[in-house]
Amino acid sequence: MAMSFEWPWQYRFPPFFTLQPNVDTRQKQLAAWCSLVLSFCRLHKQSSMTVMEAQESPLFNNVKLQRKLPVESIQVVLEELRKKGNLEWLDKNKSSFLIMWRRPEEWGKLIYQWVSKSGQNNSVFTLYELTNGEDTEDEGNAFPSPPNFKKNFLAMPQGL
Amino acid sequence: MEQAVPGNPSVNHTEIKFDPGTLLLSTHRLIWRDQKNHECCMAIPLSQIVFIEEQAAGIGKSAKIVVHLHPAASNKEPGPFQSSKNSYIKLSFKEHGQIEFYRRLSEEMTQRRWENMPVPQSLQTNRGPQPGRIRAVGIVGIERKLEEKRKETDKNISEAFEDLSKLMVKAKEMVELSKCIANKIKEKQGDITEDETIRFKSYLLSMGIANPVTRETYGSGTQYHMQLAKQLAGILQAPLEERGGIMSLTEVYCLVNRARGMELLSPEDLVNACKMLEALKLPLRLRVFDSGVMVIELQSHKEEEMVASALETVSEKGSLTSEEFAKLVGMSVLLAKERLLLAEKMGHLCRDDSVEGLRFYPNLFMTQS
Repeated sequence: MAMSFEWPWQYRFPPFFTLQPNVDTRQKQLAAWCSLVLSFCRLHKQSSMTVMEAQESPLFNNVKLQRKLPVESIQVVLEELRKKGNLEWLDKNKSSFLIMWRRPEEWGKLIYQWVSKSGQNNSVFTLYELTNGEDTEDEGNAFPSPPNFKKNFLAMPQGL
Repeated sequence: MEQAVPGNPSVNHTEIKFDPGTLLLSTHRLIWRDQKNHECCMAIPLSQIVFIEEQAAGIGKSAKIVVHLHPAASNKEPGPFQSSKNSYIKLSFKEHGQIEFYRRLSEEMTQRRWENMPVPQSLQTNRGPQPGRIRAVGIVGIERKLEEKRKETDKNISEAFEDLSKLMVKAKEMVELSKCIANKIKEKQGDITEDETIRFKSYLLSMGIANPVTRETYGSGTQYHMQLAKQLAGILQAPLEERGGIMSLTEVYCLVNRARGMELLSPEDLVNACKMLEALKLPLRLRVFDSGVMVIELQSHKEEEMVASALETVSEKGSLTSEEFAKLVGMSVLLAKERLLLAEKMGHLCRDDSVEGLRFYPNLFMTQS
């Protein structure tokens, strides 16, 4: 169920694509970028990306406005996401990364809640059932693909 | 160079015979050397010869050449005889060579090459006070002369630089001395009259030595700078008001020097005087922006307030570059940029930096949710 993606107002504001020198302004700017990246990846179901892809993706490159966020600034945004726990680097060179638009802890909680609700504590599930089962569709968001899913289990609160 | 023609004649000097010997002909002289006694050697310059004639050989007589000579010159070098009755000598060729020798000698007489070529001076000629001068001929001589010349040049150069190094030593002493005096002034502030102090300090300044009394703290500074500051306050009041209360320091420099006409101010003097404006409670002050740009503004001028009006202007137009803003407001581009940067620093504006240039927008990041 792909929704049409609604770009935030900042996306049409040219200064959004220049890293602001004023510290307070920058904080607001980065916060806006982080939420944009997460919602973009969530909608397009993209959990991993390379920096190269990111540069050319409409996410950081607004062709209509003729503005693109320079790669150094992209790095700053990604670092911000990493600090918040929403991003993990897949290699040492920092060329590709994992995007977790819901942090593992958040997923862990959700799974637990869902499991309790459907009264299926203390039974065994396969990952496949969890990610593709009909029951899970109601949750509004499909669970992320298997590679990430393990992490979510590891992050689940004790007691499951 | 002298050329030699060997022969084996003897010299007859009517009645006085020298034989046998070797006769040598050069471009300049006729040289005869005793065969047995090599120490005995005689020479006649060819210039002394009037003419020569042959005497053919006969029975019992050998071929001869008779050489008629000029009367001896007064500076003649000592020879075998002081004087003689005859004005000629006879060269007797006992063995052979007369014909050849005669031919050669005639040639030399005709060519008179001794007139063209200068002969190396003899040791007796006085050449001035040059004791120990090495005289030599040949390649060795040339080499020795070159060596001498090189040494001479070397000596000249080091002598010249000697003066320079002496000057440097003196300069060092001068600097030490002036530092010492400046310190004394500092310590005994009251003992020396004001006049002298000012004069001395201006000497120091003109020599480029930093005045130790000048500090950047409140109250310090030379009398000269203080007076200058007061003067500037007077000069700049009107122009500042015309220009909206703010001027860059370069503009001030140009204005002031144009007004003075003579006795122009140096940039250092201007800056030092301006640094004292606030301390002296004058109606102007020096302000340095983050970028390093220095301006003079009226005390009454509040740049921060101007920022608010700048924001209005930018908002009206959506966005502006420094140049556009300068044009709208009627300011210099430099000051316009500083104002916009200040507005950004205060959080009223944000920037858009792209290939199109640097533009300033109202800071919607803060104002919009």
